[in-house]
Amino acid sequence: MDEVPPLDDLFKERLVKYLTSKNKPLTIQGMLDAAKERGVQLYPVSFKTILSNLADETQNPKLRGMFRMLNVLAVSVSLGLLGLPPDTLLKSVENIFSRKPQIAEMNKHAANYAYNFATAKYAKYKYQLLLTPKEPDTIMVQGFQSTGLGKIASGCRFQSYYPITPASDESVFLESNETFEVENNRPGSTMVVQTEDEISAIGMVIGATLTGTRAATSTSGPGFSLMAEALGWAGINEVPIVVTLYQRSGPSTGLPTRHGQDDLQFAIHAGHGDFPRIVYASGDIEEGFYDTAKCFNYAENFQLPVIHMMDKFIASTVATVKRFDPKKITIERGKLLEKIDTQDYKRFAPSPDGLSPRSRLGLENGIFWNTGDESDEYGHISEDPGNRITMMDKRASKLDLALKTMPKEDQAANFGVSEFCVVSWGSTKGPILDAIEMLKKEGLAVGFVQIKLLQPFPTDYLKSLLKGTKTIIDIEANQSGQLGSLLNEHLDHKVDYYILKYTGRSMTCTEIYDSLKKILQNKAEKKQVLTYGV
Amino acid sequence: MESNLSDYKTEVHNDWCPGCGDFGIVNAIQMALAEMEIPRHKAAIFSGIGCSGKTSHFVNVYGIHTLHGRVLTFAQGAKLANPEMTVVAAGGDGDGLGIGAGHFVAAGRRNVDMTYIIFNNGVYGLTKGQASPTLKLGLQTKSLPEPNVNQAVNPIALAVASGFTFVARGYAYDVRQLKDLIIAAVKHRGLAFLDVLQQCPTYNDINTRDWFAGMDNIDEMTKKPRPRIYKLEDTHFDPVVHIDSPDEENEKLTQALIKSNEWVPNYLENPPATQQISYKGKSITDISRILDSLQV
Ligand SMILES: Cc1ncc(C[n+]2csc(CCOP(=O)(O)OP(=O)(O)O)c2C)c(N)n1
Ligand code: SF4
Ligand SMILES: [Mg+2]
Repeated sequence: MDEVPPLDDLFKERLVKYLTSKNKPLTIQGMLDAAKERGVQLYPVSFKTILSNLADETQNPKLRGMFRMLNVLAVSVSLGLLGLPPDTLLKSVENIFSRKPQIAEMNKHAANYAYNFATAKYAKYKYQLLLTPKEPDTIMVQGFQSTGLGKIASGCRFQSYYPITPASDESVFLESNETFEVENNRPGSTMVVQTEDEISAIGMVIGATLTGTRAATSTSGPGFSLMAEALGWAGINEVPIVVTLYQRSGPSTGLPTRHGQDDLQFAIHAGHGDFPRIVYASGDIEEGFYDTAKCFNYAENFQLPVIHMMDKFIASTVATVKRFDPKKITIERGKLLEKIDTQDYKRFAPSPDGLSPRSRLGLENGIFWNTGDESDEYGHISEDPGNRITMMDKRASKLDLALKTMPKEDQAANFGVSEFCVVSWGSTKGPILDAIEMLKKEGLAVGFVQIKLLQPFPTDYLKSLLKGTKTIIDIEANQSGQLGSLLNEHLDHKVDYYILKYTGRSMTCTEIYDSLKKILQNKAEKKQVLTYGV
Repeated sequence: MESNLSDYKTEVHNDWCPGCGDFGIVNAIQMALAEMEIPRHKAAIFSGIGCSGKTSHFVNVYGIHTLHGRVLTFAQGAKLANPEMTVVAAGGDGDGLGIGAGHFVAAGRRNVDMTYIIFNNGVYGLTKGQASPTLKLGLQTKSLPEPNVNQAVNPIALAVASGFTFVARGYAYDVRQLKDLIIAAVKHRGLAFLDVLQQCPTYNDINTRDWFAGMDNIDEMTKKPRPRIYKLEDTHFDPVVHIDSPDEENEKLTQALIKSNEWVPNYLENPPATQQISYKGKSITDISRILDSLQV
C-alpha cells in the first residue's frame, strides 16, 4: 500500500481497515480479491505480455518497454470487451499524433492488436455497450461552455475575471472564441480581461456596464466573497451586471476542486445594506445556456445585479445535448436609452414601475452621477430622510415587479406534484429525476419542484404548487439545508425531510432513491446525509 | 464648440473644510476640461471614497463616485468598453496607495489610456485624520496618538516601477500649473499618473501651506523662506524618454507584424459599447461556428 504514493492518508486508513476486516493482504491483489468477493467480475489483462507479443510480431524489441502506450492499450481492451467499434479511438490517435505519422502508426497498430486480443479472449462477455443512433443537431458540451455560449449569443461583450476553479474555464472559453460573426455587421468580439483580483473584476464589469455594454464576470465562492461590497454598489446605483457564480465546496478554500451548493444563502445576502438583486439557478447544461440569456434580460429589465448560480458539477459535466438554438433567446434591454432630448435628464427619476430610463456613458444629454452614498434623482449625495425612503422603496419595488412579470415556468420547474414532493435547486435535478423514475417503476409516486428563482422568492407560486402536498423533502448539496431554510422562511408548510450531501462528491440517483424510499416507508430520520463516493 | 468654464461646474453643495487643497484640484480639472473643449457627455470622472472622492459630484460631466480603493477598476472597465470617453480617475492617497495599492500596480502594468490623480494629503481626511501611506515615518499629525510607525510610500517611484507611462507631480495651490499638467496627462496616450500635493488644514498640521512655502525655514542671509517645493521645469529637466538608437531588429519586427486581419479584435474601432447585439429583440450573434465545432 505504501508504494501507492498519491493516496490520501485517511483514505489509506479506511482501505487498510476494510481489507483487514475482509482478511485480505494489504496489496493490490488483496483489493482485487475483496472486489471479487463483492461480485465484481475481474478480467485480468497482462499489458506486459501484449507489449512483448507486439514486439515479437513486429520485430521491434523496443516495444517491449513502451509503457507509454499503456493508455491506448487499456482503452482498446475496454472497447473490445464492451463490443464498441475501435474507429473513434483510432481517429483520436491519428489526431493526437498528426505531426508524427510514425508514432501514430505504431499506436494504431498496438490499438488494433489489443482490440483483437480482447474481442477474441472475451467473446462471451455478456455486457455490451451499444452505439445509440446519432441524433441530428446534437452537441457535446461542458457546463462552462454552455454559459459561455449563452453570453456570446446574448450579446455580452465584456467579461473580466480572476482565475479560480471551476469558474475560470468559462472565461478562457470566451477568450478562445473572442471573435465571431454578427449578422450584417462588423465582426463581433468579446473583450476578456484577466484582472488582479475579483474586486477589480466586478469593478470593471460595473464600469463597462455603465457604458451600455452587456458585461459579466464569472467566479466561485472565494472570489464572490471579495465582490460583496461592489455588489451593493451595483444595487444602489441600479447597474445591471451579471455575476455567474460557479459554486464549489466552502467554507474558505474548502474542497476547492469539488462540488457543492453552499453559497445560496450567501448569494441572496452578500453585501451590506438592503438592496434588490435577482438570484437565479440553473439545473443542468442546457438550462445554463438559455438561463444566461434570461439573466441578462432580468438585469437590464429590472436594473439590478443578477447572480446566476451554477456549480462545479454542471461546470465539469460533459453531456451530449440538443444543439443550442439562439433563435429561442430574446434580448430585452429594458429602459436603456438610445437618445435623450431633454436637457434635464435624471438617472433616478421616479416612475410608476420603479424603473427609470437608463442612460449610458457617452450619450448626449445623458450625463448622470452615481455614488455609493444614498442619492437624489440626479445621483448626487442626499441624506434627506424623505428622499431616503423614496429611493429605498423605489429600488425594492423592482423585486415585486420581477415576481409579477416573470413567467411562472421561469420561476420554478414543475415535474409533477404529489403527496410526497421533492423541492430542490440546481444540479441535483438530474439525479432526482432519475431516482423518481426508479421509484415510479415500483409504482411509487414522488413529485419534484425545481426552484430556479431564489431571490425574490416565488412564494405565491410555490404555495399554489405545493397545496396538496403532505410531505416536503428538501434535497441539496450543503450541510445546513440552505434552500430548506428559505422554504421554512416563506412557506407555512415546513420542510419534513432533508436529504443533504456535503462531501464534495456529486449526488447519485441510487443514493437519492434509497433515501426517498426510506421516507416513503416511514423509516427515515428527519435528516439523511449522503456519503456515496470516495 | 465654445466651452465655458461654468459649463463644467455643478451647483452641488460642497462641504470641504475652508482652505482645503481639494478646491484647487477640482478647479484645475474643470479648467482643463473646458480648455480642451471636451464635450461634457464624452468625459467621465471616477472617484474613490474620501474627502477627495466627492470630486466627481462637482464636475458637470459623467460622475461616478465608486468604492474605497476601487476607483481604478471601475474607470478601466468603462474606458475599455468605450474608448471614446475621456476618463479621469481621482482619489485620496489612502484610497489609491493603501486599500487600493494592488489596483495601482496592476493598472500601471495595463496602461489603459486614461488619467489618475491622487490627492496626496498624508492623512485619511474623511475618517478624521489617521496616517495615510504617504505620511513620513515619525511624523505625528494632529489626530495621531503616537508618531507614525510606518515608512512613507513614494507615489512617484511606485508609479514608475508599476509601468505608468506618464508620471507627474503637481501642487494643489498652483492651479494654473496643475491645469496644464492635467491637460498633458489627458492628452498622453496611456495611463498617466498625477500625484498632487494637497493640504488638509484640518488634520495635517505639519505639511501645511506655510510648511510647503518654507516659512519655518528662513534663509539667514536673505531673510527669505526657503520653499520646500520647486518647479521641475525650471531645472531644465527633460522628462521625455528618448530612444537614441532605435533597435533595427525591433523595427523590422514591428513592420512584419502589421497585417490586415479583420478577425483580430480591434477594440478601438469596434469597442464593446458600440457593438450591435440585437435586432428587434433577437440575438444577431452567430454562434454556429462554435456549435459546429461541438457537434457530434
Ligand atoms: C472598505 C472601506 N473601509 C473603510 C472605509 C472608511 N473610509 C472612508 S474614507 C477613508 C480614507 C480616506 O482617506 P483618503 O483616501 O486619503 O482620502 P481623503 O479623505 O484624505 O481625501 C476610509 C478609511 C470605507 N469607506 N470603505
Ligand atoms: S478633512 Fe482635510 S481633506 Fe477633508 S475636506 Fe477637510 S481639509 Fe480637506
Ligand atoms: Mg488622504
